[in-house]
Amino acid sequence: MTAVSATPEALSVLDRPNSYIGKVVPRPNLERLMQGRGLYVSDMELPRMAHVVFLRSPHAHARIVGIDAAAARQMPGVIAIVTGEQLAAVITPWVGVLTHLKGLKSAPQHAIALDRVCWQGEAVAAVVATSRAVAEDAAEIVGVEYQELEAVTDMRTALDPQTPVIHPALGDNLAFERNLDAGAVDAAFASSDAIVEAEFVFGRHTGVTLEPRAVVADWNPAEARLTIYQGTQAPHMVQNIAALHLGLEEAQVRVVCKDVGGSFGIKVHIYADEMATYALSKLLRRPIKFVADRVESFNTDIHARDHRCKGRIGVKNDGTITAFEIDDLTGIGPYSMYPRTSAIEANQVVNLVGGPYMAKNYRARARVVFQNKNVMCQYRAVGHPIACSVTEGLVDLAASRIGMDPVEIRRRNLIADDAYPCASPSGLRFEQLSHHASINRLIGMMEYDALRAEQAALRRKNIHRGIGIASFIEVTNPSAAFYGVGGARISSQDGVAVRLDAQGSVICQTSITEQGQGSESLTAQIVGSVLGVSMARVRVILGDTDNTPYGGGTWASRGAGIGGEAALQAAKVLRKNVLDVAAAILQASPAELDIVNDAIVNADDGAVRIELRELARIVYFRPDTLPPGIQPELMATRHFVPREYPFAFTNGVQAAWIEVDTDTGFVRLLRHWVVEDCGTIINPQLVDEQIRGGVVQGLGAALFEKCIYDERGQLTNANMADYLVPMSGEMPDIDIGHVVSPTLETELGAKGAGEAGTAGAAAAVANAVNDALRPFGAIITEIPLTPQVILTALGRI
Amino acid sequence: MTTALPISLQVNGERIDAQVLPRLNLADFLREHLKLTGTHVGCEHGVCGACTVRVNGDIVRSCLMLAAQTHGVIIETIEGLSDSGEIADLQAAFRDRNALQCGFCTPGMLVAAQDLLLHDATPDRERIREHLSGNYCRCTGYQAIVDAVESTAHARMGSTP
Repeated sequence: MTAVSATPEALSVLDRPNSYIGKVVPRPNLERLMQGRGLYVSDMELPRMAHVVFLRSPHAHARIVGIDAAAARQMPGVIAIVTGEQLAAVITPWVGVLTHLKGLKSAPQHAIALDRVCWQGEAVAAVVATSRAVAEDAAEIVGVEYQELEAVTDMRTALDPQTPVIHPALGDNLAFERNLDAGAVDAAFASSDAIVEAEFVFGRHTGVTLEPRAVVADWNPAEARLTIYQGTQAPHMVQNIAALHLGLEEAQVRVVCKDVGGSFGIKVHIYADEMATYALSKLLRRPIKFVADRVESFNTDIHARDHRCKGRIGVKNDGTITAFEIDDLTGIGPYSMYPRTSAIEANQVVNLVGGPYMAKNYRARARVVFQNKNVMCQYRAVGHPIACSVTEGLVDLAASRIGMDPVEIRRRNLIADDAYPCASPSGLRFEQLSHHASINRLIGMMEYDALRAEQAALRRKNIHRGIGIASFIEVTNPSAAFYGVGGARISSQDGVAVRLDAQGSVICQTSITEQGQGSESLTAQIVGSVLGVSMARVRVILGDTDNTPYGGGTWASRGAGIGGEAALQAAKVLRKNVLDVAAAILQASPAELDIVNDAIVNADDGAVRIELRELARIVYFRPDTLPPGIQPELMATRHFVPREYPFAFTNGVQAAWIEVDTDTGFVRLLRHWVVEDCGTIINPQLVDEQIRGGVVQGLGAALFEKCIYDERGQLTNANMADYLVPMSGEMPDIDIGHVVSPTLETELGAKGAGEAGTAGAAAAVANAVNDALRPFGAIITEIPLTPQVILTALGRI
Repeated sequence: MTTALPISLQVNGERIDAQVLPRLNLADFLREHLKLTGTHVGCEHGVCGACTVRVNGDIVRSCLMLAAQTHGVIIETIEGLSDSGEIADLQAAFRDRNALQCGFCTPGMLVAAQDLLLHDATPDRERIREHLSGNYCRCTGYQAIVDAVESTAHARMGSTP
């Protein structure tokens, strides 16, 4: 195609002059955040606003015998002390199940516990006062009498007959079980030259958003409307759920999402204390603010992972992988979370194990059990780190057993780059992946052979370094197959409205949300590029159910791929409308015109014909000068949802270069590499920073992060000093490369990138540690890889 | 114990007179009394660094200092350091490098980074990483922040004759 002969309409968004697609441009919203002029929910104040503090159970499992709040109610500044029973008059309970997860069961969960608490941290009463400090003072003198019950804490014994059933009406502690048997697994193992087995153990950890969960709920009885200011990833989902359980129409609920201090999946769920805050506002007829403190965050923000997965791999001496088999067990706390459920992670593990490889024989069982610990649900890269660590751990063990290099065994088994479209044994459909191009790129970037030589040389000096490789696939751009088909009112489509204002600038309203990923920037980049308008003249509005089209929000690596395509399509329509008006004003045909640098220009020679500012002036203020019959439409709305593929799978590969101090057990991260294929790259810097941030969250899981419960269900490290997260001093520089296989399902071609880093980082580090410890014959399949775990494996303690 | 104490101090160049309860910490005083919400509260026990401000020229975790201890001091918060232009180059480097995502840690990170650059004009990456180790960021993975601080140090050295 030649640019000269192409009409403007024939140019794709990627070809247009002055396109922002693929360019590094700064995010428009950074200045306010850097100057301390952002507006997080924790910053908000409203007239008559009161503060709620939740009195929370110190026990993992107990009957509430009585609550004595008489003295606390008398304290100056105390507005109300509300129990679960009182609040139940305003808000109905919920059950976190989805119909497409067959057999998933859970018990009704209330905003505040009624007569029994099921985890340490569950709210038993709400104390509402004029300030948080007063509410905390009052909470201290509320007397709650508990009768402690036996706590179910160990997922391995949760299904034993002698273990108490947490919810007797459910019959047992099994929330969900899925079994899969594809191909001929037994025959495949029988034909293998070697079979390797291991149990992989994953620590329970959490997201630790630096801004805790926060909500201001403002019920205005005079308007009969509830405005919820909340740091959420999914405003329309919150609107739907709040309305449903408060007995309101969705039109009576507005959800506003300002700046959000970190999300990572933590802020995409419906939490009991947030529901209680909405209900308290309705009950008390005034704005109520809830901001979790850090101890509450650790005890009530969803936890994730906490899997024990037995894995088995069969391999032939030529490196051919014959079969994978897993038996996964996970404990999710006492309730399946609402509305996305707590079975998704285990389900994803079943879906994803073995996913990068050609082997067609795969058997899996996953069981999800209840326990008296904090709730577990979807956190960044849901299931992927488990599946990747199990798969890549098994592949490395198989390679080691047959004496093959870890890169070589992958090259012999990864699905060929020309084999697409194809499907995995678990039924996942792949449009176009690039495992081989990616691993080749990675090997080049890290100078694999030189690194191996360095490793060998250092070993002779008693320095133990290791290389770990982890290939992965990632679920992005989810269609309705994720939640909608199971009955959840969580939109998989997104919408974007674009309009030209009276000075020729562009206002863009999108249903995706921003928590720092760059949603605002990528939307402006796409709209500016398609329209021919400079980014400085595009303003993006998001996070407000009253003022954006209906849509899903930002989660599951969907913002760019789905919301970005809606922005592209809306901008195309507006562009056509603008050119139609311009043609009428200029007595030309639309095909002769283009929009470049905020002006209508001749398509052939680029000469400026009329500025957009002047076009807008005519349309809005002098429509009388337009030819008869012309009604300009300088606003356009388009929605998009993937229909062809349930998920746009991406792929990538990571490598870690680490050193183990075999005396202290400490692991030093020296370098980390990632090659990722997320299709069209809208802003390379944003993609790379999403990947780096994701990698570091995966490194946290690999080395530090773990919610440590004792046998009575007490979380023993619920603070930032004892729960370790990655700090700048111990993180490595991370090199990132790309292979680009755009999805053909959209014109934009973008797939998601937000979770790729987290998906494979821990697997790469674990494989690297085992590589470093190979001379000692130690194999570790547990994370976090703490000094204690490593020294134990080395037999030193 | 519950009697308010009078304090008089300077915050971002403004004279402030206030009555504060002994238990009120500086972070809450800045946020709730002075409405300087750029100082963020992340952990409330001096670990995460989101509440970092400058007190008499030294960086302090404002959640670990009581408002009652600030009588007679000079405090600079992110709002003051932004308006004065003192860290404009550092902020520009953060913007160009996308060294922030959600931005919640950023005010504290900028205050801590400026402190390093005032005391060590040519820090290497390891020194930058070490100095910022008391400021948690959950979004970026730190590399972009280290890059931005490093490039600011280079630029400042380049502009010094």
